[in-house]
Amino acid sequence: MSIEIRGVRKSFGAFQALRGVDLTVPSGELTALLGPSGCGKTTLLRIVAGLEEPDQGEVRHHGEPVADATPRDRNVGLVFQHYALFRHLTVFENVAFALRVRRRPRAEVDARVRELLGLVQLSGLEDRRPAQLSGGQRQRVALARALATRPRVLLLDEPFGALDARVRQDLRRWLRRLHDEIHLTTLFVTHDQEEAFEVADRVVLMNRGLVEQVGTPRQVFEEPASPFVMRFLGSVNAFPARVVGGRARVGGLEFDAPHREGGWSEEPAHLFVRPHELELFRTPAPESFAATVERVTPLGGTVRVELSAPSVEGGLEAELEPRRAEALALAPGDRVYAAPRRLRLFPAGPGDSLTSSGL
Amino acid sequence: MSATRRGVLPGFGLSTGLTVFWLGLVVLLPLSTLGLQTARLGPAQLWQVIASPRAVASYRLSLGASLGAAAINAVFGFLVAWVLVRYRFPGKALVDALVDLPFALPTAVSGIALTAVYSPHGWVGRFLEPLGIRVAFTPLGVLVALTFTGLPFVIRSVEPVLADLEPDVEEAAALLGATRRQVFRRVLFPAVLPATLTGFSLAFARALGEYGSVVFISGNMPFRTEVAPLLVMTRLEQFDYAGATALASVMLGASLLLLFAVNRLQRWTRARAGAP
Amino acid sequence: MDPRPGGGAVKVTGAVREQLPVAGPASVRPPPGDGAGGGARAPGAAGEAVGAPAERSSRPRRPATEDPAWIRRGLTALALGFLALFVGLPVAAVLSEAFSKGAALYLAALREPEALAAIRLTLLTAGIAVPLNAAFGLAAAWSVTRFRYRGKDLLLSLIDLPFGVSPVIAGMVIVLLFGARGLLGPWLVAHGCRIVFAIPGVVLATVFVTFPFVARELIPFLEAQGTEEEEAALTLGASGWQIFTRVTLPNVRWSLLYGLVLCNARAMGEFGAVSVVSGHVRGLTDTIPLHVEILYDEYDFAAAFAVASLLLLLAVLTLAAKQLLEWRAGGRGAPHGSRS
Repeated sequence: MSIEIRGVRKSFGAFQALRGVDLTVPSGELTALLGPSGCGKTTLLRIVAGLEEPDQGEVRHHGEPVADATPRDRNVGLVFQHYALFRHLTVFENVAFALRVRRRPRAEVDARVRELLGLVQLSGLEDRRPAQLSGGQRQRVALARALATRPRVLLLDEPFGALDARVRQDLRRWLRRLHDEIHLTTLFVTHDQEEAFEVADRVVLMNRGLVEQVGTPRQVFEEPASPFVMRFLGSVNAFPARVVGGRARVGGLEFDAPHREGGWSEEPAHLFVRPHELELFRTPAPESFAATVERVTPLGGTVRVELSAPSVEGGLEAELEPRRAEALALAPGDRVYAAPRRLRLFPAGPGDSLTSSGL
Repeated sequence: MSATRRGVLPGFGLSTGLTVFWLGLVVLLPLSTLGLQTARLGPAQLWQVIASPRAVASYRLSLGASLGAAAINAVFGFLVAWVLVRYRFPGKALVDALVDLPFALPTAVSGIALTAVYSPHGWVGRFLEPLGIRVAFTPLGVLVALTFTGLPFVIRSVEPVLADLEPDVEEAAALLGATRRQVFRRVLFPAVLPATLTGFSLAFARALGEYGSVVFISGNMPFRTEVAPLLVMTRLEQFDYAGATALASVMLGASLLLLFAVNRLQRWTRARAGAP
Repeated sequence: MDPRPGGGAVKVTGAVREQLPVAGPASVRPPPGDGAGGGARAPGAAGEAVGAPAERSSRPRRPATEDPAWIRRGLTALALGFLALFVGLPVAAVLSEAFSKGAALYLAALREPEALAAIRLTLLTAGIAVPLNAAFGLAAAWSVTRFRYRGKDLLLSLIDLPFGVSPVIAGMVIVLLFGARGLLGPWLVAHGCRIVFAIPGVVLATVFVTFPFVARELIPFLEAQGTEEEEAALTLGASGWQIFTRVTLPNVRWSLLYGLVLCNARAMGEFGAVSVVSGHVRGLTDTIPLHVEILYDEYDFAAAFAVASLLLLLAVLTLAAKQLLEWRAGGRGAPHGSRS
C-alpha cells in the first residue's frame, strides 16, 4: 500500500517542524527519511502514524485520506525509537497486545505470537520482561509487536539509534532481509547516512521541515540536488565561486560549469569537491590548486591528506587510495597540486554560508 | 482540529471535566464562600476585626514562631540531611524513616506527646524548669510544636539534591586548591541553597496554619500563646462567624502569597538542578 | 571503614543497570532527568531500609570528599540529638504514658464504646474520602500529563491549594457553606439534611484536606514516564479504556498505592478541620483524634495516650508501607530503553 503526503505543515508553538511536505512512498518499498535532528522527520512519521495531526495538508493511504481514521483503523505498525515496550507485560503479552485489545480468539493469538517470535528469532523468551532483554532483543520485540495485526504499513523511528555499533550492523542486515521476505511498505527515520544507504530502496533527505531530495542511495549521493544534500552525505571541500559565461571562477582558476537546467547566468555560486574526487600531483597540472601538505593520516582503506592552499580559506582535504599515496610519498610540508576530478556547482543561496560546511 | 493540538490520546474531556468538577465542588466552592462572607462584612467591620489588639498579637506570635521554627529547621534540617547522605552509622535506616514521622503522625498525637515531654514534670521539662526555662504553655512551646511539624520539609528537600551532587565536583575543587571549608562554602552550599530555601518556606507555610500540635502545648492564653488559627477556632466556637471569616481571609491571603513564593523557588531549584 | 582508596564497589553504569532486573542500588534513586521516575517522589534513602546497600554508602572511598573523623562524629551526634529531642522523645512519651497505668487499663480504654465508635467513624471517613480522591487523582493526573492545553498551570496550582490552607480554615469554609447560618444551610435544614456537626461534614472536611495527595504522587510519575507506551497502545488499536486499564494503571500501581497510603494516613489523622465541623458529639461525630482530645481535656491522660497510640501505630505502618513502596518503585529497575 502506498502512502501519499500532500502539502503537510505542522508547527509546535513558534517552531515550524514541517513547512509543506509532499512525498509519495511507493507500495512495497523500504524508504528512509534521512536528515539532521530537528529536520522534522520524526514529526512526519508521527503524522503518518496518526499520533499527530497536520495543521495543513493531508495524508492518504492507498489513495484514501486518513484524517478521520483512528489509529486503530489505520492499521499501521510503529516501532518507537525507545521501543515503548509495555514494561509490566511479558514478551509474549507485548506481542499479543494488539490482538488482545481486538478480542481475537485465544488460539489465534497464541499461533500468531509464536509465528512472530519465530520470525524475529526470539522463540523461547516468551516469559521474559522487557527489562530482562538486551537492546537488540527489545528492538525485535517492538518489531514483532508492530507486525502482529499484519499492518499495511510499517513505520520505524530511529530503529537502531539506541543500540551499540555491532548489534546495529546485524539488525540492519536482518531488517533488510526481513523486508525482502515480507515486502511491507516501510518508512523509517534515521539521521545516519550509512544506515539509510545500507537498508533503504529509496532515501528522502529532509532539512528544516522540507524535503530536499528523493532518490535511490546512488542518485542522492552522485547527483545531490542541493548544497545541503551535498554536505550532509559525507565530507566535502567547499569554495566560494563566481559563474561568468558558463565558467566557474574559483581563486585564480576556471572550470567548466556543470550542466544546469536553464543554464547559468552571471552569479555567485558555491563549488563542491568531494575529498576522494580531488587528485594530487607532484608537478603542476592543468586546473589545479597549488597546496602544501599539512598532515597525512592513514585510515585503513584510504589515506586522508590535509592541505593548506593560499587561495582557499580553511584548507582542503583529499582522500587517496593507499597505493597512490605510497607512490606520491607525501610528507608534511611537501608542495603538491590538487586537481578536482569532478565538481558540483550550486548557486549561492541566501543564508547558505560556506563556513558551516562539514569540513 | 483543536482536539489534536492537545494530543492524540483519548479521554481529554472526561478526565479534565472530572478534575475541574471535583475541584470546583470540593475546594473552590467552599473556599469562595470565605471570599463572599468577607465581602459582606464591609471595610470598617473587617478592619475592626483584623486590626484588633488580640488579633495582632496572634499574628505576631504566628509569624514569629513560624519563622523561628522554619529557621531552626533550615539549620538542623541541612545538618540532618548532610549526616544522612554523607556519613554511615548504625541504625541509619531507622533514623531516616523516623524523619518522616511528623508527616505521618496525626497532629493531635504530636500535640499531647510534646506537651507530655516538655511540661514542667515531663522528661525534658523537668530539667529545664530549674534553669528557669518553661516550654509548655509559653511561646517557646509554640516554637517547639512548630519545629516538630516542619521538621521533615528541609531534610526531604535537601537530601536528594545533596545525594545527586557528583563527588567529581568536590574533587575538582580540591585539586584546584580549595580547602575543605572553601569547598563547602563555594561549591556545596550554593548548590544546596535553593533546596534549603524551598524547605524553609514549606515549613514556614505549614507552621502558619498549624493547629493540632499547637493547641495542647500552647495553653491558649490570649495575647500570649494564642496563634492565629487558634483565634479563628475560638471565634468559631463563640459562633462569631464574621470575626472568624475576617481573620481567616487574612491567613488565607498570607498562605497564598507564600505558596506563590514556594512555587517560584521550586522552579528556580529545578532550573539550578538542570532538570527539565 | 575501608582505607583502600577507590576500593570496593564499582559504580554501576547505566548500560549495566539496564540489564539488571534486580533492585539494583543505582536504580533506587534515579538521577534527575533519567526519566525513570521510579520513585518520582522518593526522597527517603529507601535502599538502606531493605538491606540493599545504597549507592552512596557503597561508592568507593574518595578521600578528597571526606571530612575528618571528629567533624563526622560531632555532626552525627548533633543531628541525632536534634532528632531525638524533637521526634524520638515524643514517640516514646506516647507509649510510656499509654501504659503508665498498666496493660489492662490500656486495653479497657480501647474497648470503651465511645472509642470503638470513634474508630468506626474514622474508618468510614477514610473509606469514603480515599477512594474519592483516588478517582480524582487519576483523572487529574491523566488530564494534566497527557494533554497540552491552556490553564494547565493554574489547574495544577489549584489542585495543590488545600495543602496551603490551614485545616481550621478548611473546616470553617464547610461550616460557612453548609452550617445552619451558612449559605446553603437554611435550604438544607428545610430538607432535613444535616451536614455540619454530623458525619457528612466530617467526611467533607476530610475530603478537602486530603484532596491533593493522590494527584500529587501520580502527576510527577506520569510526567516522567512520558506518553510513549500509551501511544504505542494507541497505534496497536487499543481503545481509551483499554489503554488506561492495560497500560497506564499497571504502570502507576506503586505510585498510586503510595499516594493512597499517604492520603489514608492524613484522612485518619486529620484533626483541625474535623474538629471545626464535627461538633464533638461523643460516640457519634468523634473520630479517633477528636476522641483523644476529649479524653485529654478530661484529664484522662492514660486513656488519651492509649487511644493516641493507635494513631501512632497508624503512623508507623504508614512509614513502613512508604519505605516498602519506595523500594518497590525503585527496584523495578530503570525503564527499558532509558535515554541515558
